[in-house]
Amino acid sequence: MKIVPAIISATLTTALIITLNTQLPVGGSKTPRLGYFLSPQKGFWKNAEPTDISFDEDIKLHGLKAGAEVYFDDRLVPHVYAENDYDAYFIQGYLHAKFRLWQMEFETYVAAGRLSEIVGDSRLNTDKYFRRLGMVYAAENSLKAAEANADTKNALDAYTAGVNNYINNLNENDIPLEYKLLDYKPEAWTNLKTALFLKFMSFDLSGQGDADLGMTNTKNFFGWDTYKKLFPAVADSLDPIIPKGTVFEKAGTTVSTPKNIDSLYLNNTNDVIAAIPPIIPDKDNGSNNWAVAGSKTKSGKPILCNDPHLGLNLPSLWFEMQITTPTYSVYGASFPGTPAIPIGFNDSCAWGETNAGRDVKDFYEIKFKDSTMQEYWFNNAWIKTQFRREVIKVKGKPDDVEMLAMTIFGPVMYDKKFQSNNKDGKYYAVRWTAHDASNELLTFYKLNRSKNYLDYVEAISTFECPGQNFVFACNNGDIAIRQQGKFPAKWKRQGDFVMPGTDSSYMWQGFIDIKENPQMSNPARGFVSSANQMPVDSTYPYYLGRNGNFPLYRGIEINKRLSSMNNITPTDMEELQIDNYNVFAATAKPVLLKYIDENKLNDKEKKYLNIFKSWNLRADINEQGSTIFKILWDSVYAEVYADDYSKAKQPMYWPEHSTLLEALLRDSNYVFADNILTTDKVETMHDVVLTALQKATKTFADLEKNNKLAWGKYKDTRVNHLLKLPALSRLHLPIGGGENIINATKSEHGPSWRMVVQLTDKVEAYAVYPGGQSGNPGSKYYDTFIDTWAAGKYYTLLFLKKQEARHNNRIKWHITFING
Amino acid sequence: MKFFTAILLTALLSFAFGLFSIIPWWSCALCSLLVALSVHQKPSKAFLSGFLALFLLWGIMALIIDFRNEHILATKIAGVLPLGGSAYVVILVTAIVGGLVAGLAALTGSYLRKK
Repeated sequence: MKIVPAIISATLTTALIITLNTQLPVGGSKTPRLGYFLSPQKGFWKNAEPTDISFDEDIKLHGLKAGAEVYFDDRLVPHVYAENDYDAYFIQGYLHAKFRLWQMEFETYVAAGRLSEIVGDSRLNTDKYFRRLGMVYAAENSLKAAEANADTKNALDAYTAGVNNYINNLNENDIPLEYKLLDYKPEAWTNLKTALFLKFMSFDLSGQGDADLGMTNTKNFFGWDTYKKLFPAVADSLDPIIPKGTVFEKAGTTVSTPKNIDSLYLNNTNDVIAAIPPIIPDKDNGSNNWAVAGSKTKSGKPILCNDPHLGLNLPSLWFEMQITTPTYSVYGASFPGTPAIPIGFNDSCAWGETNAGRDVKDFYEIKFKDSTMQEYWFNNAWIKTQFRREVIKVKGKPDDVEMLAMTIFGPVMYDKKFQSNNKDGKYYAVRWTAHDASNELLTFYKLNRSKNYLDYVEAISTFECPGQNFVFACNNGDIAIRQQGKFPAKWKRQGDFVMPGTDSSYMWQGFIDIKENPQMSNPARGFVSSANQMPVDSTYPYYLGRNGNFPLYRGIEINKRLSSMNNITPTDMEELQIDNYNVFAATAKPVLLKYIDENKLNDKEKKYLNIFKSWNLRADINEQGSTIFKILWDSVYAEVYADDYSKAKQPMYWPEHSTLLEALLRDSNYVFADNILTTDKVETMHDVVLTALQKATKTFADLEKNNKLAWGKYKDTRVNHLLKLPALSRLHLPIGGGENIINATKSEHGPSWRMVVQLTDKVEAYAVYPGGQSGNPGSKYYDTFIDTWAAGKYYTLLFLKKQEARHNNRIKWHITFING
Repeated sequence: MKFFTAILLTALLSFAFGLFSIIPWWSCALCSLLVALSVHQKPSKAFLSGFLALFLLWGIMALIIDFRNEHILATKIAGVLPLGGSAYVVILVTAIVGGLVAGLAALTGSYLRKK
């Protein structure tokens, strides 16, 4: 033996293996273990699916009651034919796991505040945020409610068994790519994970309350009177979901405004709140939905449409499928992570949701006896704090233990241990309806089986959070819409700001009876619609929250268009869903032009102004006018308000764009036009718009030079992988639309599922989503639908009876599941 | 002859071990070491046979997978790692990594046996 060379060589070999078996830090993140990752028998190569893969299989699953047949069509949409409910959800769980395991687990890690377990302490703050919001607490409460109901318990148990069956039979070499990238392994699924997933949706869709902290700063900075001008309570141009003029009954739940509201709340401007949530859901998490009655359609039958606007991600939030048992048959978009179909249709009905946007999350300032937080002052007594232990496991580091202080209001989200900039030593507890035990799954379960209007009403009656506008249509001709949720009955401005938490006077005094929720069925106008606008006008007897929570313009345009349409076909509805007309710009354009004095412009400014002037108000990909409008408007907006906020030190909110536009429509001497930083001059809107145009022109020229003045290039829509890895994302998609436009496609956010269903005797349905059925980036089916989606095209959905599925020429593969 | 036997044995053993998900990826180093201990060669030859065994095994496997996958994933991984977006570079890197590990292990084996 040659000792020295042997030792050197052995050391080198070991060092190389150790290096290749370690996650190496590179630029803030970590590489996979390269040896493992590159190994063709273990690593990513195992996820490179042959493009001619066959999904035909006979699978034995332990725990199935009777068995099931699954037919996959050419788009890899499974059509599940099961003998009973249990097997149907078992198979749904199995299929979700087979195609989307990593994403469904990852999302529940996010919701449960467990990202640090996977990626280390870089995400600790996010984890703390979700723990302190009480996400796990909320999910546990809701799970109790769901498991107390025999039907949802059965569905959850079956679903979990299905997911776990897949995981248990999964060869470790075949786990999804992302596990290999981040170097961890799938764990067992539980019913709690489904509850966590649904709570994440509640979080994502009830983010309106998160603004309370920054809004308190804003009010305190400007004072109540100025605040009211910046944030008016109503919008002039509102076209509510329930048309103006509808007569509402007197409030069934009366609320009394606290007597000291002026001194303690509205005019109390002493507080400064440094705490700001590290994540705020996209303000435009919203959607369009509508249903037109047979009186307005060519077929004489209703058509229902829905497109939920959410973050655009790969793998997609949605997984398309059909579920059929001997008692019902449903088709639609399912959530990997959850049994049943949240948006879709069956033999007789179709339904869809948009976000209600009501404020169901409020903050209270708590007075603790001392910094141990053992006791807090409430209704003239010291109350013992309950603590909830939240252990955050951190990869490569010791656990982080949070003792979550639970008050009568809810968990204390912000204190000096969370949010380093919150040095004021104050404590803010959060009251959120998602903390209350509720069974949202039951609604989807029942909707899937509903046969008529009464079934629909019954199905949605238990849905509490996040509040949704449920649209409905039935093949007997009924159409309906109802804003459903558990909404606190509030006095005006209650919960717009952080409230005093030292007694019960500022607590929610009750909830609105669901019979009083805004609703409408078979209206004379022949359609119902919602686009996240305020659901009712000011004659509704309850306070709905800040006006800014409710976008105005899509609703206006949808209602205008539907009113004028007749003889409607599904193709007309598709065209409406992808329509790029910008009603906000249409309103703003003449206002802007009014203030521009062309004599004061140079040639360059005139050139861009002319493009704007001749713009057709559409946000199509090639329209330069759309880009110019957006930049010019933002420039005007900044010019109007920037000076007013220039001395603000705390995180604050700026007014809604609609507020500025409505102010300009109302009054040319808008009080905020004056630049308060220039003491020698009182600026008018003429000055503002001129300066704004001059500033914007530089941007226009830069964009033009870089060939990015066309709207599609400027907006640059992409569908990001959940880990934000560009190589796994789809970038630079040629698609128009944007904010305030029916086709609400922004750069990373927009219609995550587009569906049009005509309820003829044989249901006709069309849909598309920006993703693909497989969550595997190595699969041909990973992003199959994205180009179709971007082009504004739809797929004709196959809704098949079992005997038809066998012979349909679009059916490509078949899995037989048997109990074994 | 020994040279080709070593290559073949190393590749076959590594492939067989790789089939078991419980056995880690670096089992190929053990296989290479084992073969170098049993089939005695000069250090340079041992290195080369170990290297070639895994270079070819991993390279050919990756090549076949990539072909059947129409370069979909390898192209993406070439963007993630980052390797300039070329699937072939990813295949080459895969082959070299496998080759180096097995080559060095074989070298060690050869030295351990050497009188």
